[in-house]
Amino acid sequence: MNISEILFYFLSAMALGSAIMVVVSKNAVHSVLWLIITFFAISGHYILMNAQFLGIVNLIVYAGAIMVLFLFVIMLMNLNADTEPKKNRWLKMAGIVAGGCLLLVLVAALKNAEIRGQQAQFNEGNIGLIQNLGEVLFTEYVVPFEISSILFLSAMVGAVVIGKRGD
Amino acid sequence: MMHLLAMDWGFVVEKMILIISIVSISLVIAMYETYAERKVAAIIQDRRGPNRAGPFGLFQPLADGLKLFMKEEIIPNTSNKMLFVLGPCLAMLTAMMTSAVIPWGDRIHFTLFGQDRYVSLQIADINIGILYIFGVVSMGVYGIMIGGWASNNKFSLLAAMRGASQVISYELPMGLSLIALLMMTGSLKMSVIMGQQLDGWYNVLYQPLGFFIFLVCAFAECNRTPFDLPEAENELNFGYHQEYSSMKLGFYLFAEYINMFISSAVMVTLFWGGYDIPFVNDTELVKNIGYNWMALLQGGTMFIKVALFIFLFMWVRWTIPRFRYDQLMNLGWKGLIPLALLNMVITAAVVLWLKK
Amino acid sequence: MVERKPMTWVERLYMWNIMKGMWITFRHIFKKKATISYPEQKRPFSPVFRGLQILNRDEEGRENCTACGLCAVACPAEAITMEGAERKKGEEHLYREEKYAAKYEINMLRCIFCGLCEEACPKDAIYLSETFAPSNYQRKGFIYGKDDLLIPHPKTNPVEYKKALGNRANKPQHEQQ
Repeated sequence: MNISEILFYFLSAMALGSAIMVVVSKNAVHSVLWLIITFFAISGHYILMNAQFLGIVNLIVYAGAIMVLFLFVIMLMNLNADTEPKKNRWLKMAGIVAGGCLLLVLVAALKNAEIRGQQAQFNEGNIGLIQNLGEVLFTEYVVPFEISSILFLSAMVGAVVIGKRGD
Repeated sequence: MMHLLAMDWGFVVEKMILIISIVSISLVIAMYETYAERKVAAIIQDRRGPNRAGPFGLFQPLADGLKLFMKEEIIPNTSNKMLFVLGPCLAMLTAMMTSAVIPWGDRIHFTLFGQDRYVSLQIADINIGILYIFGVVSMGVYGIMIGGWASNNKFSLLAAMRGASQVISYELPMGLSLIALLMMTGSLKMSVIMGQQLDGWYNVLYQPLGFFIFLVCAFAECNRTPFDLPEAENELNFGYHQEYSSMKLGFYLFAEYINMFISSAVMVTLFWGGYDIPFVNDTELVKNIGYNWMALLQGGTMFIKVALFIFLFMWVRWTIPRFRYDQLMNLGWKGLIPLALLNMVITAAVVLWLKK
Repeated sequence: MVERKPMTWVERLYMWNIMKGMWITFRHIFKKKATISYPEQKRPFSPVFRGLQILNRDEEGRENCTACGLCAVACPAEAITMEGAERKKGEEHLYREEKYAAKYEINMLRCIFCGLCEEACPKDAIYLSETFAPSNYQRKGFIYGKDDLLIPHPKTNPVEYKKALGNRANKPQHEQQ
């Protein structure tokens, strides 16, 4: 048991526990806050794998920006435990069936996956460092990178169009 | 378990001492910022300011702190108690965390058990220093949001919304203005950016527009006037900390002052040469007076530069009235972001041209 | 009707106006402070300042008041009450004339400091001093009796007497009327 392993188990427990709390919490605002903790734990994992850039970008983009907007909307909607509508029983059954199917698919997919031979890299490997990441991103993966940026741009234009419709 | 013991314990102890001292120094500075704020406000308005507690009123912050601690702590009945307490804690935590990557001086040298030890006066020189600052700053908005929501009060909620949208909006031009800087420095490490300015050519000379955008955004991120819309006292009745009392209120106010201190330190490090003593050849001086005296001088220089920025923050606060909300958003999205993009493109072109 | 012109491009940058404002506030740093540090430093009183009342004595320390009641009649706020008494043998060093005020009370909560009592007094026994802003924990503390109002004795306590007399003592008699 070295420090990285202790940290790994701690972060995993944190991520799983808070992820469960996201689903279980009755209050939507609490769910968002638990989700933020999950992001923190995942960023911790990234940093353990020496992928500092990914870790911090995960924090800035997801925990720092997207979740703030989520929180924003949820706070404005003023959702309480009492305002939650009663769900149809058939809907619940459908949810259980769908979840079970997902579990089956996951088990089937992971059954043959090779895990034993692969060792996760702790605190080594430089692929996650910002310099290497930048080089790979702008040489090997430059086309997907630019395409994804065009996708974002079109999404933004779409948002502006929707927002402008009022006047 | 042997792995745990095989660590360099001296290193851990050094870092702990460094962390504790930097945290306590920033707390003391934040304390005296409240005093300075009142003094600056007073002299700008032809008054004297606090001058009763101690010589020149220097014990005023202690008295203020004592007052805040002694006050009755009121938690509204309808609020969400856990989050209500979490809000100021988060605000304080995120305010303190940024100081970890700022280089406060070069290094200290001492001999322990016959070993030469050099202690860098930077808590963590991580690869992604600037991004770390951004990450922590973007967390800072949660203190406001959670506190404002948990107060269960319309004004607090409105203020929290304002704060959140303001901070998110101004993070973008801030980041864009820094990208131009990073194109020049080629590194995200604070120590490298700092080291490049040791020759006296500060980054602000190359990036005046970038610095200006960063400065405006820093005002907005610290929720200082003219961008103090989250706590607008005449329209939102003190905004997100309306329901807070006692030291929980004190934490919010304190966090603002620590933020001010830290953002001044970041600006100094990135644009104004950090701890570099102007018009002095540092490498020559080190040979003459040794590392420890040098560290002291550098710390003093840093402190003076930071103090000048803090004065600027206060000077602006007591001069400029608050922006209206639509003006704030216009300035951020239609003014600063295009300006920052322009700055980025120009810098990129110049950097490419120089490389050729 | 306020005319709102659309701002020009330079105005919309706000920079020029902000600089101007900053320069103005910066100049104020070096201006003289308008504050007077109160307990150490006091503003000079105007010659017609009207503070708390004082019951006067003459140079030998005898009370001037004869309990004629003119001040009480003149008082628009009806703040003054008094009871007269006859001077006994052997009290000549205490009271200047045959009649004196055994009880003399001013309710400072009612008093409006108009100074009519001073003007009404034929014996120069009451005047408004330069003391002001009394404070107390209870309302009854504001009903000033004779021991609160009487000026200190000029023989036994000349320093306090001078202080209580204030600047008015220096003024010639005809100006006081």
